[in-house]
Amino acid sequence: MTIERAAEPFLLIKNLVKEFDGVRAVNDVSVAINKGEIFALLGSSGCGKSTLLRMLAGFETPTSGAITLAGQDIVSVPPYQRPINMMFQSYALFPHLSVWDNIAFGLRRDGLPKDEIAARVEKMLSLVQLTDYAKRKPHQLSGGQQQRVALARSLAKRPQLLLLDEPLGALDKKLRERTQMELVSIIEEVGVTCVMVTHDQDEAMSMATRIAVMSAGRILQVGAPDEIYETPNCRFVADFIGSVNLFNGSVAEDEADHVVIDSLEGKHYVTHGITGTLGMPVSVAVRPEKIAVQAEAPTREQRAKAAEHGYNCVEGVITGISYFGNETSYHITLGSGMVLKASRTNVARHDDAALKRDQRVVAWWDGADVVVLTS
Amino acid sequence: MNFLKNLFKHPGRSTVIAVPFLWLTFAFLIPFLIVLRISFTDLDSSDGNPFGTLMTVVDGVITLKVKIANYLFIAQDELYALTYLNSIKFAAITAALCLAIGYPFAYFMARARPAVRPVLLMLVMMPFWTSFLLRIYAWKGILANNGILNSFLIDIGVITEPLHLMNTQFSLIIGMVYAYLPFMILPLYANLVKMDVRFIEAAADLGATPWQTFWRVTVPLSKSGIIAGTMLVFIPAVGEYVIPELLGGPETLMIGRQLWDEFFTNNDWPLASSVTVVVILLILVPMAIFNKYQAEQEARK
Repeated sequence: MTIERAAEPFLLIKNLVKEFDGVRAVNDVSVAINKGEIFALLGSSGCGKSTLLRMLAGFETPTSGAITLAGQDIVSVPPYQRPINMMFQSYALFPHLSVWDNIAFGLRRDGLPKDEIAARVEKMLSLVQLTDYAKRKPHQLSGGQQQRVALARSLAKRPQLLLLDEPLGALDKKLRERTQMELVSIIEEVGVTCVMVTHDQDEAMSMATRIAVMSAGRILQVGAPDEIYETPNCRFVADFIGSVNLFNGSVAEDEADHVVIDSLEGKHYVTHGITGTLGMPVSVAVRPEKIAVQAEAPTREQRAKAAEHGYNCVEGVITGISYFGNETSYHITLGSGMVLKASRTNVARHDDAALKRDQRVVAWWDGADVVVLTS
Repeated sequence: MNFLKNLFKHPGRSTVIAVPFLWLTFAFLIPFLIVLRISFTDLDSSDGNPFGTLMTVVDGVITLKVKIANYLFIAQDELYALTYLNSIKFAAITAALCLAIGYPFAYFMARARPAVRPVLLMLVMMPFWTSFLLRIYAWKGILANNGILNSFLIDIGVITEPLHLMNTQFSLIIGMVYAYLPFMILPLYANLVKMDVRFIEAAADLGATPWQTFWRVTVPLSKSGIIAGTMLVFIPAVGEYVIPELLGGPETLMIGRQLWDEFFTNNDWPLASSVTVVVILLILVPMAIFNKYQAEQEARK
């Protein structure tokens, strides 16, 4: 009995559907979230992630399906009675209340004694390092400070579940990177289970313990950030997270320990088996950073590492170079007309063998660094 | 000097500013100064001409005659104090009732689907398409002893004798609230429709019941709309003449009525002008200062 309970996930979403005027914004979503997790819903705008979050908060009523929090069905519980608090996109801090009163707002609604409220607000203020700003109004704070007030306000009631709606969306890039770390460390310190919504994959990758990639109201894949990145389960996820080269082809050889895929650009040797049949149309996904680019043909040793002769190796012309400082990205146009993206980390300050535009190059990669996508 | 320099430096800007500036000067400031001037005229020494000269030059002696008897009279006569208080009282009741009725009205309009909002707005403004006088007169037909309301109540057997509703405080307030309600609804609606629903959701999220959310968040955030609406109702209601005249009774003497009597019945323009000046000094000036203070507070945000 106890074992079963421990196995029960903290937040369970089951077959959740939300329709707006007959259109399914959230389409049969089921996901289980464990206690203490930071779970990210990642997708582009209109994919249903915000609607899902709003159903957790109680602002939208599901058309069908169930949401259970710690074993209790919360679908029919109004938002003001749920043990869930949300940090809103662009914060929604009450403009007529001071920082102190904003944080105390939820505690006052619970009818806590005055000194207890004061103690908790003070604790929250010191947690987000805003003790000196207690008397200010929200409009007198910078974006980063407002974000911390919003966090303090949503944590003050010690919710069982914290919802973050685009938590860093309103901050500029430099501040965002610093705040990401800060936010995660505060959430971990408090130990609250957290569901966040974001369209920014960097934000999801760096903050979340697990990510659900959403598209058109459905969850396509759930997994840890590295799982999502290195073993995407479909073309959409592979393409959505980071950048990827997709070769369309068909299965030419299907063995338990390897497969060979035929494509217009050449043969691909993949060092893992797939579930499929010969001749089945598939895509081969290769990340740009897994591709080596060089002016001369790969040496025998390099080839041995990559695959058999002639596999996983293409020739082309560099038609575009983007320099980012830490790395350089190359666009290589292949004979088939496909543009291959490859990137190289700039380890040395001055690269004597720097590749030039219009240069003929050979690009190759390891058969272990490839993912075959069947859908 | 600086002012003139700027005037010629930016002719386009000056022209644009000049239009409202001239309008305020000719439509408000100068008429007010004329009224102020008339209020000091001594009718006895100017053959009943309210514009009679205040200054005479006789044998090289300039005599300036400023009659302040009217102001003293107003200050001493209990009737005027009572009329002023009455005006403020009825205007305040009107404003309060308009707020109580208009707020939910504006709230539901603002929360209605965007497609139906223009229709609702149109319905609020619809009465303006009929003559104001006619609309007020219609209330006579409803509230009179043999009017629609009394006939209806007698027909359904609630009462046997007609209620005396006309020419009472009740009929006056009904008429005033009816006439001024749109002036309360429109600024409130404009304010509420702009309000971010996320504030309401945030309050609910933090555990506030709908009722608490309304009082703790919605009302404080619509403060400027409440002030604007109250001003728009209260200020004209203080000087209202037509409604007290048509629907009011002997116990509802208001300052507008008093003005009319002084101007047209007693033909005492200076006294009437003094009454006006006192209204402005006693009611409008404090309100203007309050408004300015409010605006400054808003600006600081």
